[in-house]
Amino acid sequence: MALIGELIMQGAQMLLVLAAAPLLLGFTRKVKAWLLRRKGPPLVQPYRDLLRLIRKETVLAENASWLFRSAPYLIFAATWVAAALVPTFATGLQFSWTADLIVITALLGSVRFFLALAGMDVGTSFGGIGSSREMMFASLAEPAMIMIVFTVALTAGTTQLSEVADFVFAHASLRVSLALALVALIIVALAENTRIPVDNPATHLELTMVHEAMLLEYSGRHLAVIEFAAALKLLLYVSLIACIFTPWGLAQAGGTPAAYAMGFITYLGKLAIGGFLLVLFETSIAKMRVFRVPEFLGAALMLGLLGTLLLFVSRSF
Amino acid sequence: MDRFVLDFAHMLAGFMVLVSFMLLYQDRMFSLLNVFALQATVLSASVAWQAHVQDAPHLYVTAVIALVLKAIIIPVVLHRVVVRLGIHRNIETVGSIGLTMLFGMGLVALSMVVMLRATAAADPLAREDLAFALSVVLLGLLMMVTRRNAVSQIVGFMSLENGIILAATGAKGMPLVVEISVAFSVLVALIVIGVFLFRIRERFDSVDSHALDEFRGERK
Repeated sequence: MALIGELIMQGAQMLLVLAAAPLLLGFTRKVKAWLLRRKGPPLVQPYRDLLRLIRKETVLAENASWLFRSAPYLIFAATWVAAALVPTFATGLQFSWTADLIVITALLGSVRFFLALAGMDVGTSFGGIGSSREMMFASLAEPAMIMIVFTVALTAGTTQLSEVADFVFAHASLRVSLALALVALIIVALAENTRIPVDNPATHLELTMVHEAMLLEYSGRHLAVIEFAAALKLLLYVSLIACIFTPWGLAQAGGTPAAYAMGFITYLGKLAIGGFLLVLFETSIAKMRVFRVPEFLGAALMLGLLGTLLLFVSRSF
Repeated sequence: MDRFVLDFAHMLAGFMVLVSFMLLYQDRMFSLLNVFALQATVLSASVAWQAHVQDAPHLYVTAVIALVLKAIIIPVVLHRVVVRLGIHRNIETVGSIGLTMLFGMGLVALSMVVMLRATAAADPLAREDLAFALSVVLLGLLMMVTRRNAVSQIVGFMSLENGIILAATGAKGMPLVVEISVAFSVLVALIVIGVFLFRIRERFDSVDSHALDEFRGERK
């Protein structure tokens, strides 16, 4: 009976990320429009876009291989699993033993791999450029992510997200290493979600685009699935930052229904705050040149490295 | 509570190091000056926290001096100098920023190793502050070495001085007289350097310090 209850909670978590991801995207768009003194699309617009795309006909290039057709589903599945593993409203769920930072990084890495392959599959020049740029950024963003994982794992003594959240909650204090890891993680999250200083999520057809360039050949349900995955990825990073650095309000394993409800409400609050800060940052900054991005990501890598180094100072007393 | 005191001091000093890296990263004049003002503000907060922790009221004076002199007066003066020199639109051509940052990382690691060995018996609060302060000093030196524009070299020099103040307040018992005289010597240095900048420009039509090397015949 207890097992069924836990499975239900895990299922709730999986459905929650699925339901909340387009909402977060709609929220960021709405807030961005407000900050620019425009009215903006309604909050549910991303859901409508996804529905519209699913209903539309899928057009495939003549020379598209099986990889091109299966990549969207692989991308979506891997992103969904990764997003569902991050503790959102509760720690210690049924599958939390797999909710490992390295697993999540690896899942996102494979997502990127399939996306880059799909971008090159049809053989258009735009797709190739997008894939090559994505790989250039990845070669810096992934080591930076791994350094962040090391910093967090060395501080908390584990790579499991539930235990990391419990550790930070129990030993809440200011730590330089964690602060550096937070800044680095924010930089990586901006780059991974193709947000403004790195790439512009609102553009389509521009010479500097990275993520959109790989998707140019997709249409219909394939495009819907990939866009859904992109929304899930944004939600994943916001939840990851919220879970590691602000674990307050997370329900513990075997908590009362009231605790779970509390966790749910605080999670929505964290999402709203995270989305708002993201948009505030985006509207106050201009997009940087593509060739400056490696420096930006290099800063994240350096901060991660610095955080790991500083741990040895903190350990020394 | 004791844990929190240590962590907060650690945090402020660590933030100083972070801001030093931001200085290395900036290549635009005005952002450089803004980041420098930020560093001075953080320094002031750090010194004030030390004053609170060590229960040493004279450190509050140091904090106020740092805030007024380094976070307000010096950046404003340098700002005007930059405008008058007409170099505010220049983007500095430093070598690869990534390489400089990597070198800076090495310096931070070096100062950690040196300080942790050298001060094994010291009070942990002082020890951490010293390690961070040495990093800030070395990063300021690195900035002076890697930059070619005289104004950014001055900023490097001032941030080096910030590191020295950080080190001095971490260790107990720096007299106020020393502190005030250091602050005023920095101000005098600023005036001298300011005058010098204009002289250099008159003579060489540039504030690129490589012009000086060419003049001495060291570089063709």
